[in-house]
Amino acid sequence: MVMNDLAHQRRLFYDRYIRWLFIAAAFLMSLLIASIIFFVGRQGLLTFADVNPIEFFFTARWAPSAHAFGALSFISGSFFVTLLSIAFGAPLGILGAIFMAKVAPQWVRNILQPALQLYVAIPSVVYGCIGLVLLIPFLQSSFGVRTGFGILSASLILAIMILPTILSLSDDALRNVPPALEEASLALGATWWQTIWHVVVPAALPGILTSIVLAMARAIGETMAVQMLIGNTPLIANSLLTPTASLTSNIVVEMGNTMFGSTWSNALFLMAFVLMLLSLGMILMIRRLGQRRAV
Amino acid sequence: MNAKTVNTIAMAGLWLTGCIVLAILAAFLGYILYKGLPVISWSFLTGVSSDITVGGGIGAQLFNSFYLLFLSLAFSIPIALGAGIYLAEYARDTRLTRMIRLSTESLAAVPSIVLGLFGMIVFVNFMGFGFSILGGSLTLVLLNLPLLVRVTEESLRSIPDDYREASLALGATKLETILRVILPSALPGIFTGITLTAGRALGETAILIFTAGTTVSRYMGDTDVLAGGETLAVHLWYLLSTGLVPDRDAIANGIGAVLILMILFFNFAVTLPFRMLQSHMGILKK
Repeated sequence: MVMNDLAHQRRLFYDRYIRWLFIAAAFLMSLLIASIIFFVGRQGLLTFADVNPIEFFFTARWAPSAHAFGALSFISGSFFVTLLSIAFGAPLGILGAIFMAKVAPQWVRNILQPALQLYVAIPSVVYGCIGLVLLIPFLQSSFGVRTGFGILSASLILAIMILPTILSLSDDALRNVPPALEEASLALGATWWQTIWHVVVPAALPGILTSIVLAMARAIGETMAVQMLIGNTPLIANSLLTPTASLTSNIVVEMGNTMFGSTWSNALFLMAFVLMLLSLGMILMIRRLGQRRAV
Repeated sequence: MNAKTVNTIAMAGLWLTGCIVLAILAAFLGYILYKGLPVISWSFLTGVSSDITVGGGIGAQLFNSFYLLFLSLAFSIPIALGAGIYLAEYARDTRLTRMIRLSTESLAAVPSIVLGLFGMIVFVNFMGFGFSILGGSLTLVLLNLPLLVRVTEESLRSIPDDYREASLALGATKLETILRVILPSALPGIFTGITLTAGRALGETAILIFTAGTTVSRYMGDTDVLAGGETLAVHLWYLLSTGLVPDRDAIANGIGAVLILMILFFNFAVTLPFRMLQSHMGILKK
């Protein structure tokens, strides 16, 4: 009886205290994101001890050996690459989602779903590699430019990389639109396409916008494929086919040459910090969109 | 143009879009495999890479890829299980829980290059591991965690409450219910998530360049965790951006094909049995 009692006590003891291990593991998530913000932020903000914030954000002369740290060309590079990849990728993604949600028969869906999974799974260096061997020669010959590197080549490959994000999330949003809306519109005599375009898509808009913002977060943070295709020249591009650079690509290219703790290295950390703040801002924006949908 | 015509055109356009989506993927995979498969041979897969002469292999990088992957999963799976169990089974809608969820989402959104730089500050410099397999795998944990936590939580939540009630009614404690009943039933889903995460981690590059580095140990199959740990994906990038070997395009194509084969394997061959098990157990069916 006493033994039994002890065993019972032990079971209760485990039940009561092991949960704290689970809580600790979950709390580690918060600890990790906080320490990423802290360490990268602190290292990055050290830049401002030597460099004027106005110089960093609003001038484009980047010459670390001459102590010029103007990051505008990288910021504009990231901005235009992201924007253009959305401009190419979003229409294809949204139309693809309409196809997948409303047109495709089940067997086509059964092909498309693993296909999207594969799109996500292909490593970004492989995308970059494909861009180098297929896209760059194509751009060279069709536009008659010398290198083909630049915003256009980077954003075309990025558009394909963000396609699965837009497609699968928009597909979810479209499928969650109540069928009653669709039926009401069809009953009023609207054609199928009028119903989709004027009723179903607007109803799914918050979800579609969420997918686009997530795609933007992925595009702005994408590093390897962009670095391989953008040309890595720290100048503001005057055309879509001029080699330029982005925040991510410049970190990869230059970090290996810097001494940890130097202004140059800190400036690269600051660029990473800016990138992180942009992505976190997008996450907050998505939560806003989600709340609006819930109302 | 009347509405009927527009309708027909739209329908045709949508089918075309669907075909384009599949065609791009097929073209990419086909091209990589077509170019890379002829390069793959036993000596390519096991040989030592060379910086200047023709005929280098990828043996060390292949080993490092899996070694790093193994270590990072060994670190991240216990944490992810704990966090997933907490979120699925214990968490109420408190401020702490909301903060943890927001953190997990944010962690998933941090660009991988930023994670890499964080790893460089903390593991490579602060803790003094240098560019090493240990530094790389610890940083890779940051990439794995959000995905694994989400998968664990979802798999646990998909287990019907009947299981919990039955177990509790038989006198099991909550902990026993979770560890002996809920977790085993959720395992197929969790394993699927782990293989998908593994596939992603295998192709990851930006995190590893400044944590695991771009050098390999001189010995084949060196298990020293403080040795430099260049992986396949990093080697592919290194070759294409700064490589000097004359046959770099061939090697790059070969690595591309190896990566694609591994991804295909992880996405289909490995997950298939778990998926079948899952649907066999009737958990996926509502």
